[in-house]
Amino acid sequence: MPPKVMLYALSTCIHCKNTKKYLDEHNVDYDYVYVDQLAGDERKELIAKVKEYNPKCSFPTLVIGEKCIVGFKKDEINQALGIE
Amino acid sequence: MDAQGLYKTLRALQEPKGYYFNKDMDMTISLLESLLKNRTRYGYMACPCRLANGELAKDKDIICPCVYREPDVREYGACFCGLYVSEAWNNEAIEHECVPERRPVEKILG
Repeated sequence: MPPKVMLYALSTCIHCKNTKKYLDEHNVDYDYVYVDQLAGDERKELIAKVKEYNPKCSFPTLVIGEKCIVGFKKDEINQALGIE
Repeated sequence: MDAQGLYKTLRALQEPKGYYFNKDMDMTISLLESLLKNRTRYGYMACPCRLANGELAKDKDIICPCVYREPDVREYGACFCGLYVSEAWNNEAIEHECVPERRPVEKILG
């Protein structure tokens, strides 16, 4: 069973865009949310959620199973997903 | 004004100060488009790679060029977004590292 992959991102962030592109190129199944496009309670909940994984609340925050990768870091993504 | 226009205008202002646009034009133009998008939705050019609060007074530190650009470019050769870089960074004279977030998390409201 591949690990669950969740990307917390911003719609305007280039590193988030490049992360998504990288995951797509490697046919990774993932969910994502653009936190900047949320409002009200939903936004508050997502910010709190991101802070659980990444206290700095910076983006991209990529959660692969239990592992959290902050920033677009190919080598860490490869390692977490077993990509050669 | 479109991203190309913004590129020309800002380049003339910023290069003399030692801040160069990322030579990867896909990144630079995409980031400039995002700045224009943020100006449209917030009324000011909030940093594209940070979660803006949406209120000018509460986002002053991340209005591009942000207050973190100077220390980031000095330490890493690039700002958090990778929009502004040093000459050495563009000439591959220094390693391209992932710039960690310098903004205090308390500044993110909500």
